[in-house]
Amino acid sequence: MLSVTDLQKTYPSGDEALKGVSIDVTGSETVAMIGPSGAGKSTFIRCVNRLTEPSGGSVELDGVEVTALSSDDLREARRDMGMIFQEYNLVERLTVMENVLSGRLGYVSTWQAFRRNFPPEDVERAYEVLDRVGLADHENNRADELSGGQRQRVGIARAILQRPKILLVDEPTSSLDPETSKAVMDLLTEIAAEDDIPVLINIHEVDLAQEYAERIVGLRDGELVFEGTPDDLDETAKGQIYRGEEIPDVTTGAQQSATTDGDATEGATEEGEIRRG
Amino acid sequence: MATEQTERREWTRPTAFYNHYVKWTVYLVITVFLLWSAWNMRISLDRMLQGWDAAVELLVGMFPPEFTPFKTDLLIEGMVESLAMSVIATIVGVIISIPIAFMAAENIAPRPIYWLGRGIITVSRAFHELIVAIILVKAVGIGPLAGVLALSYKTIGFFAKLLAEEIEDIDTGQMEATEATGANSIQTLLFGVVPQVMPRIVGLTIYRWDINIRHSTIVGIVGAGGIGATLLNAFDQYDYDFFMTIILAIIAVVMIGELVSTYVRGRIQ
Repeated sequence: MLSVTDLQKTYPSGDEALKGVSIDVTGSETVAMIGPSGAGKSTFIRCVNRLTEPSGGSVELDGVEVTALSSDDLREARRDMGMIFQEYNLVERLTVMENVLSGRLGYVSTWQAFRRNFPPEDVERAYEVLDRVGLADHENNRADELSGGQRQRVGIARAILQRPKILLVDEPTSSLDPETSKAVMDLLTEIAAEDDIPVLINIHEVDLAQEYAERIVGLRDGELVFEGTPDDLDETAKGQIYRGEEIPDVTTGAQQSATTDGDATEGATEEGEIRRG
Repeated sequence: MATEQTERREWTRPTAFYNHYVKWTVYLVITVFLLWSAWNMRISLDRMLQGWDAAVELLVGMFPPEFTPFKTDLLIEGMVESLAMSVIATIVGVIISIPIAFMAAENIAPRPIYWLGRGIITVSRAFHELIVAIILVKAVGIGPLAGVLALSYKTIGFFAKLLAEEIEDIDTGQMEATEATGANSIQTLLFGVVPQVMPRIVGLTIYRWDINIRHSTIVGIVGAGGIGATLLNAFDQYDYDFFMTIILAIIAVVMIGELVSTYVRGRIQ
């Protein structure tokens, strides 16, 4: 399981992107993180595998404290975290097969990587995964020949080939049209469920989050302001996440105590309960 | 009342100088300097006419170009040596340049390595190939080895600088995605960076080969091998016919090199 506690990130410019965010992702659940642009969603995901170096707090994956790892150990930890990107981030000039097999780079020597000499079982599995994402027979296409939806499928295949303990998904659909977005989300959640992989997905389309996630967390200005089931996410909660609106009347006091509480996770749950009551 | 004449506004193009007095002063200084330079070199009309006669005499002496078997053998030998020098220098230079280019790319290399890479490039670019060739002829002796070393050395400055700039322009997302799989830094370069700059590597290699062909015909003048030595000999012996043959051969080879280069670079864009 992934356990993030009080994660902070302050950029050199002084921008506080994350002001202590705590989230747990357990079992094989899909957690969607929503929030307006600039709320710190991408920074959060990137701090988990340290593509961006967090300034404070802890990230624990199956008992391993990721923030404390040396660069060698970090590489090992990254093998357990599959990442899917907004702009797909495929290596455009390489074939689909090379892109998928790059998910195994953490397990082969540099010389093997140079020769594209991956173990036969990896190649066999790459074929299977390509088949699962609906790209059979595309292995020799160059990545830049594919459409956006196809590229994101390659991105999913690459992450799956790592046999990750968690999938970190950063805005997987924002470069895609609505139809393709749904197809990609279907595929992503389906594969994660089949392989029993938990997913932390950061997404700005609220309807997609509600449709596909089992749990939703809302981020605003680097702070966790909502946590609950898709059904809990009503208009009040959306207003709070996207427009920073106060929770009206009865709940105002609780809301304030929640945010000043320090433990944002607990506070958010508490606030969710109160509103349901 | 609606047609009341408003005062017309004028517009003149802003001058690069502070004002018009400065402008005319600058022009005046330039003209005076030009006249002084001409006077200083004593290039009179008479001198120009003399020069013209000598030039005509030289040109007449060059025709017809000489193609006797002995001279043709000499020509082919020199040209083949020049071409071989250009090929070896390009390959050696490029192989050395690629790691230096990665060292000198700001977005990839740690600070001290970046400055080392930039330093190597600057040193390589500081001197003209003829200066380098003169030094190397003294160092390793007369012959094509000095030429190959000089051209390889110059290739590094050119190739590594342009490739480093290309590496600085890559899409870092592809690099990050490779890094995120747990790849080590060399693997990240191999998968995340090299494929992005591969077309540029091929294109620059061909382009530099084209340049090295031209330079390999010149370094012979200082004793560094190739057709240049033959060219200088012909000139020193007033053998203008053969001199012309060599000039034509160089033009032909450079043109062919340029055609090949244009074709190949067109194909890989």
